[in-house]
Formats: sequence, structure tokens, C-alpha cells
Amino acid sequence: MIRLLLAGTILSLWAAADAAEINIGYLHHTESKTYLSLIEIPAGNVGVAGAQLALDDNNTTGKFLNQRFSLEDIRLSPGQDAAAASAALAERGALLVIADLTADALLQIADTSAPRHSLLFNVSAIDDRLREEACRANVIHVAPTRSMLADALAQYLVWKQWRRWLLIVGSHAEDQLYGDALRRAAKRFGARIVQEKVFEDAGGARRTDSGVVQIQRQLPVFTQGAPTYDVLVAADESEVFASYLPYRTWDPRPVAGSAGLVATSWDGSHEQWGAAQLQDRFMKKFSRRMTARDMQAWTAVRMIGESVARTRSTDPTTLLNFMRGPDFALAAFKGQPLTLRDWNLQLRQPILLADGRMVVSVSPQEGFLHQVSELDTLGTDRPESKCRLR
Amino acid sequence: MQAEMSGAADSRFRLPRGFAAGRCWLSGIALILLLTAPASAFTAYVSNEKGNTISVIDTDKLIVVKTIKVGQRPRGIELTKDGKFILVAVGDDDTIQMIDAKTHEVVATLPSGPDPELFSQDPTGKILYVANENDNTVTIIDMERRARLGEVQVGVEPEGMGLSPDGKILVNTSETTNMAHFIDTETRQIVANVLVDARPRFAEFKRDGSEVWVSSEIGGTVSVIDPVKHEVTKKIAFEVPGLRKEAIQAVGISITRDGKTAFVALGPANRVAVVDGATHEVKKYLLVGQRVWHMAFTPDEKYLLTTNGLSNDVSVIDVTSLKVVKTVQVGELPWGVSISQ
Repeated sequence: MIRLLLAGTILSLWAAADAAEINIGYLHHTESKTYLSLIEIPAGNVGVAGAQLALDDNNTTGKFLNQRFSLEDIRLSPGQDAAAASAALAERGALLVIADLTADALLQIADTSAPRHSLLFNVSAIDDRLREEACRANVIHVAPTRSMLADALAQYLVWKQWRRWLLIVGSHAEDQLYGDALRRAAKRFGARIVQEKVFEDAGGARRTDSGVVQIQRQLPVFTQGAPTYDVLVAADESEVFASYLPYRTWDPRPVAGSAGLVATSWDGSHEQWGAAQLQDRFMKKFSRRMTARDMQAWTAVRMIGESVARTRSTDPTTLLNFMRGPDFALAAFKGQPLTLRDWNLQLRQPILLADGRMVVSVSPQEGFLHQVSELDTLGTDRPESKCRLR
Repeated sequence: MQAEMSGAADSRFRLPRGFAAGRCWLSGIALILLLTAPASAFTAYVSNEKGNTISVIDTDKLIVVKTIKVGQRPRGIELTKDGKFILVAVGDDDTIQMIDAKTHEVVATLPSGPDPELFSQDPTGKILYVANENDNTVTIIDMERRARLGEVQVGVEPEGMGLSPDGKILVNTSETTNMAHFIDTETRQIVANVLVDARPRFAEFKRDGSEVWVSSEIGGTVSVIDPVKHEVTKKIAFEVPGLRKEAIQAVGISITRDGKTAFVALGPANRVAVVDGATHEVKKYLLVGQRVWHMAFTPDEKYLLTTNGLSNDVSVIDVTSLKVVKTVQVGELPWGVSISQ
């Protein structure tokens, strides 16, 4: 009996030693943002659903390499400390963490988890400062930055010869940041902002029973009297006004930015470069369309899968070194390999321009050249970067 | 500022001076040949992914002689070994259609499993192996009974299907798993998995069975694998001056019967690479149409036809002179090509 038990222990020890176990943590907050359009309200599992699909993909590959991936989903209630949750994850051996968090929460766990050698994957914060003055050596940024999104949009508008922009910026801090990115993009790619307006958030509910009647009267007046322009560009991450603009401007002009033509890392209608297969897999598993945040989480978990498969290691430092090195190339249905900018750990990626029903174009646009990678025409480039990784 | 505008002109039609005259001269020769010698008329069938059609090309005249309507999203295409049928995977209809090669009518469908893309026939023509992209499986079909025999579980998004010349080993590539799976066709078990570069799309054995070549679209390379040791013995990289690395995406592979010359389609690089089969050195890049996918030799190996997805045409490569001699307009988004024996 004892011999049997011993044999059993040895066998299970052998099995455990043989199969590599990779535990991935997923940290996110309960959503509290409000949206103008009902169809924009995210599903309860937004983000983490993409991670779960990538986990399936990793495990299909893993069964040929004797690697097993698991995901621990931790949803924080408002005000709950992200650092404590990440410490708990590390104690359970999950040193690879998908951070679906705000910029401040991300920085907090980046600093508290640095001594534990955890590696974080930012899948939702688009703030440029996280890749610039506040960059961290243990944070990989899968989400694009505001400046990458603004540049992607600007390249297309300039290609389209819509060079005269009427810029309307919301009154919240993140709207101002997107406004800054759009101004920078206009200057870089040769567009001209003919007038700039601020749309003050006067408060009030997003949902009302007779809202549309008033909006139809207010928006034309708000956009009346502008100098001649080709396109209205709106910066409204706070969801206060941009979605009201299309079809309601005083002059008949297209809308882009936070409504109309929107720059995004993914869209439920994207089907090129084999994307239809991923969309089908996602739909089959979750009965809904895949959003940008789902895709960013999918990409992060696939980056882990790919580097574990190539290095046969589960050590975060080994994986990071591989990912920022020359041999890393992720296939993510964007028509070209995704790689990491080694100076700030930002993922290089084409950006889609979608109108809510279809993908209109994909940036970088043809003709915007670069000596290293055309993907580096999007966002802050190496010579301009303020990031100094230690 | 790093980014700048430039008028990046499409260089596809940058043909040498006198090309048109040369072509007239060539067709003059062809005309004389036609009049003097019995033509060895082969027929090429090109699947048009968006057009939902097959363009039928006379390989002597190099013109489209007929267009056949097929199901939704035709991609993988092959003639049966007896030459009686054209098989075409119509992915969005979840089936493989059998088309009578004489009447050009769709006469039957095969139970291919969901979303078939590429497939391969065993040397006897009795068994068909199909990659099901959406289902992580390879489906095995009995061609006589037109019934499903079984399936093999493989990696994520199976695509490339290369059968060894003796029919004993099937190599399947999975695009998201990034592996070449070696499947014993007798036991239908995977005997080895070989990691290759990102998004492997196509597998092709040399006729003597000594090597299997696997292309990686996103990695932009071709891995040469020893099918006995299951090891990558050489990785072929491509470099086209003036083209960014990301645009070089290896897809289709065609190797001459003697194993001496291989052609690799490089997708959005709009080039076909000519590779020495023995040394694996790239000898030349041939400018073809836009987003070149797949290729097929005429049975006499005089011509190699390439499907150019974005420019809706087929480039004809003269295999001896290694020159593109003609472009044939076909349907919308040409993808696969197969030529009658």
C-alpha cells in the first residue's frame, strides 16, 4: 500500500515536472462609465472574454508542447486595492498579469509588483504618459496610445484630402488628452485645424425619453458659423456629445474622432487577413461580437503563449527578453507581424478605422514611410520618446 | 519627425522597355507553333475567392475560355487524379464541390466539415484530406463513397496540407499554433509537431520525399524540414531591396519535379522568389501581380501560373527563362490554381 502510494506520488511529481503550468492573472475593475449609445455599453465579460479565447488557443498549441495555461479572473469592486490583488496573484504563482485597469491603478501595481518580477500587460489604458515619462520596465502595452489612434485617423483624413478640420473637444481631462493627440497629428501630417470649440459637459443623464428632439435643434446651432472645413473631428472619450454629431452638423460634413469614423485596434466587422476565423471563434464561444478590449486581451494572452512556446520557459524575465527581441513576431489578423518597441514596450500594430458597421480603412496609410517600420509612423517614435527603461 | 509623405508608386507595371514588342514576337512564335505542331492543350482552373467563380484558362492561348459559377468563397482547388473532376473548397458553404471537368457542371458535394480551405489527395486519388480552419481538425474523406472516414485534431486554424509522395505522411500547418503537424496516414495519429515561424500557410514535399517546405506568412520565411528527423534543417529568408520586411509574406510553394528549383509566392511583396532546391539560396525575384497567393505548373513544367489576389489576374512565368511572360485577367480575388494533366 505504502509502495503504491509512493509510486503514485512519484508519478504525479513526474507529471507535474513534465508539464509546464502557466498561470495568468486578469485584473479588472467593475465598469462604471456611461455611454450615449445603447449598443456601445460593454458586455459584462468585455476584455476577459478575449483572454479566455486566447487561453483556448494557447492550450490547443500547449497540448503538443506539454504546456498548460490557466486564467485567474479577479474583478475588483470600486475602490478596491489593485496592488493587494496583484500581490495575492503573485503569491499563487501568477506572475504574468493582464491589467485591464486605469492608468493610475496600473502604475500602482507596476511599482508594488516590480520586486516580485511580475510582468504586466496593459490592455486598456491608452494614456501616452504610461509609455513616456511614466514608463515602467515591467509593463508591456498591448493597447494602442491616444497618439497612435490620432495619427492613424489623421493619415487617412490627409490621404482623403480632408485637411481642414473643425475640432470639438470635450471638457473632461481625457477628452483634452485626445484633443492634444489630434492637434499633434494634424501638425505631423499636414492637416489644419480651422477652428476649435469646447463642448462643456453641463451634466444630465445620457438616457431620456424625448432627448432626440432637443439634440436635433441644439447640435446644428452649436456647429453653426464655423469657417470652411472638410471634416468635423471630435474628442469625446467621456461620451458626452460626439455620438450626437453625425447628420446633425450645420454644414453637411463627415464626422470623425470619437464618433463617425473611429480609430480602434479592433472592430466586430473586421474580416481581412483571416480575421473572420477569429471573429467566428469568438462568436461561437460568447454569442456576441469581439470588441477592441477583447482583442487587446486576446493579443496579450497570445503573446504569452507564443513566447512560452518559443522559449520553453515560464520565467517572466526570459519571456520579456524574447518579446522585445528580434525573433518575436505575433500574428494577430492585421496583415503583418506585431512586434514590441524595445524602447518603451509598446506593441506596434496597424490601426483600424471603422464606422460602426464596417472597417473603412487600415492605417498606416500607403505612402507614409519610415526607416525602421511603417508602424512607427503611428504614435511617438524612438527619437521623440521620453521613456528611459532602467 | 519620422513620418513623411511620399508618392509610393505601384511598381508592378514597371516592365522593361520593348516588353510589349517582345510579347508580340512571342505570340507570333506561339501562333507559328500552333499552326505547325499539335498543341499540348492544358487547362488551368483558378478559384476566385470573392467572385465565387472558377476561371478556366487555356494554357496555350493563355486566355480565359470560360467562367464557372461555384459556391461561396472558393479557395483550395485541385483536379482529381483521374482528371474527371475539379474539386473546389467553398469555405462559406462548408463543403467541397465536385465539378465535372467536361461539362463544367457542379455534380456533387463532399462532406468536408466546416470551412474547408486547402486539401490534399492521396496518390491513388481515393482519399482526400481536408483542413477545416474553423474547427482545429483535419477531415479524412473516402472519395469513392463520398463519405467521411474520420478526423484528426490539430492546432488552431489548420491550413496547409502537404502529402508525402508515398502518401504515408501528411503535413498539416496550423496558422495560430505555428506548427507543422506530421500525421501518419495509416494510424491517423500525429507523430511529430515542428514549430515554425508565425502563421504557416502551405506545406510542399519535394518529389523524392527528402524535404518538406513550410511557408510562414507573418514570419516571412520558409522552413525546410527533414521529414524523418522532424527538424528544421534550414530557414529561407527573403529580402527585396526597397521593400519593407513586413510586406514579405511567404505563402504558396511550387517545386519542380527534379527538385532543383522552387518558387515561393511572397504575397503583398508582389514577387515570386526563385530558390535553388539544393542549396536553398534565393536566386531571383520575379515581379508578378499584387498579393500573390498560390501557383501551379503546367504538366510539362513550361509555365508556372500564379494567382494575384489584389490585382485580379494570373501571372504566367516561363520556367526555363525565369521571366514573367504574360498576365491574364481572371475573376475577383483569385486564390488557388490547378492545371489538368
